[in-house]
Amino acid sequence: MALNAAQACVAMLRVTAHDAQAEREALARLAAWAGQYTPVVSLAPPQALLLEVAGSRRLFGGDSNLREQVRQGLAELGFTARSALAPTPLAALWLARAGGEARVTRTAQLAAALAPLPLAALEPDARQGALLAAMGLGRLGDCLRLPRAGLAQRLGPEWVLALDRALGRLPDPRPAYTPPLAFTTELNLPAPVTDSSVLLFGLHRLVIELGGFLRARQAAVQALSVTLAHRRPVPPTALRLTLVAPTRDVAHLTGLLRERLERLALPAPVEALALDAETLCLLPDANLALFAAAHAPPAAAAEWLERLQARLGREAVHGLKRVADHRPEYAWAHRPPVPGAPGGIAIDTVRRPLWLLPAPLALAERDGRPVWDGALTLEPGRERIEAGWWDDRDIARDYFVATTATGTRLWVYRELTGARGWFLHGLFA
Amino acid sequence: MNLQDLMQGAEVWRGNGFLPPAGGATASGFAALDALLPGGGWPAAALTEILLPRAGIGELSLMMPALAALSRGDRWLAFVAPPYIPYAPALAAAGVDLSRVLMIHPRSRGDALWALEQTLRAGTCGAVLAWPALADTTVLRRLQRAAEVGECLGVVFRSALHAVAASPAALRLKLVPEEAGLGVEILKRRGGWPAGPVRLEMDRAVAVSAPAGSGARRLHARRP
Repeated sequence: MALNAAQACVAMLRVTAHDAQAEREALARLAAWAGQYTPVVSLAPPQALLLEVAGSRRLFGGDSNLREQVRQGLAELGFTARSALAPTPLAALWLARAGGEARVTRTAQLAAALAPLPLAALEPDARQGALLAAMGLGRLGDCLRLPRAGLAQRLGPEWVLALDRALGRLPDPRPAYTPPLAFTTELNLPAPVTDSSVLLFGLHRLVIELGGFLRARQAAVQALSVTLAHRRPVPPTALRLTLVAPTRDVAHLTGLLRERLERLALPAPVEALALDAETLCLLPDANLALFAAAHAPPAAAAEWLERLQARLGREAVHGLKRVADHRPEYAWAHRPPVPGAPGGIAIDTVRRPLWLLPAPLALAERDGRPVWDGALTLEPGRERIEAGWWDDRDIARDYFVATTATGTRLWVYRELTGARGWFLHGLFA
Repeated sequence: MNLQDLMQGAEVWRGNGFLPPAGGATASGFAALDALLPGGGWPAAALTEILLPRAGIGELSLMMPALAALSRGDRWLAFVAPPYIPYAPALAAAGVDLSRVLMIHPRSRGDALWALEQTLRAGTCGAVLAWPALADTTVLRRLQRAAEVGECLGVVFRSALHAVAASPAALRLKLVPEEAGLGVEILKRRGGWPAGPVRLEMDRAVAVSAPAGSGARRLHARRP
């Protein structure tokens, strides 16, 4: 039917150009994704994938569960599929093309299952199709009843060999698809998008593909880069996600991307998304403990820290360490939140307050004594700290422990130079 | 039927019989307080609410023995939005393993409550100390549930003005500063009536140098 005839029949007709290259690439990416269900995936272009599932049936809980999971996974990626289960690849291909969700488990049942299929499912070429129609053959069962020699002579030996391979009389080895070592995928959006939730939906699909690919390769990703393409001349926006521990958990990656996307300011509407897995490393599945583990496994700690850092910012989550410095405000420092790193050494062994003020607070003075919430009583004994002349942040202070009227203990000091004022530096909590 | 049979039967609940808290308890290190707490310490999988007139009266020293013990385990100790800086040398001197301490500084109130709930629920922390700006009963109930799920000692420090309001926390203490010590009153505990006040001795500061006139002097780096 010509295009204008079709448009005359249906008023609102959406016309898209056929992109064979894109379809081939999509089929290859689906084959990589399908590697999580079976190690042997073959391509049957232009539209079919063959999955060898004899070993996977038990792991996924039976044929129907496996088919349902595959169907749901494809739906999440945005594809609909017809599937069929058969002992030979060619029979499964023909049964899937014909529709009907067939399930054949024994070779002996193949002939009966294939008999009602229309011969169009075998995709004969024009000459064979005309010959079959002239001979009055409409179903595969008709072909199977005829003598082989006659069929081979009229339709070609290839036809009879195909029937034999479908019925399991001849072997039919298929080359397995090996996914590439790196992972790159992209998604063109149908219209320019500024809404981050729509972008996240697209990114989620890409992350699902990545998850299937990683599962098939028993690998995990440690760094991801996402590129948001805008209409030229705006340069594309790049988003890089580095993980503390390698992971292939789709939900966790999508959560981290959601946090980053919400804080990203887009210069222009986004037209295409690309996802590139930069650092891949091998990560076999973890063994589950026979008895319930006492606490969360170590991978959960890395995920929890990453979630916090993704939302609050990297510098908002940190550990502590001691620094060998006499000056109290420099005797401690931030540390990245990695367990097991050393805590530093102490050089002052006297007791220090548990709370330190971020900046010393100037205190008023009355009768030569500092005042804070009432007059302070200074305890006997002082500590003189003069240090830091080497980096221009030198201090010269006399530190005292003071008690307020209500019994709170404070760490105060008096400057030895300049105005000689009193300051509050810490609280003995 | 005599009194013995009644007591042994299940129909009678005795008012001072504590059930040990689910998840166990971490000893607080102060015998007088442990005697009053169900399970003999801080409840290890629930929320504890500590009410103070102001920060710096001894609340951290109260937690130090338990925090030191928990830091020797394999889980984190988290401080969420502390009012001042927890001083690392002092924490180390109190026995806390600094490599397990984590500071979390949220920027907004929503972020603070989210971070607190995530941290309690994750099961990766042995103890979480938090200073939420505003926390009403609904929020506290969620935090209590999160602490149960994550099996973590959650401690929330709030102003003593909230003492009169009810709260879903498993344990509520009110602290009052006293001379050379801390007064602790238990407002709520599981399986028992309110108790206290108990006075705990706290050695929070020692003389920092020898009295004037003794021979020992400590030398610090001096200006050239």
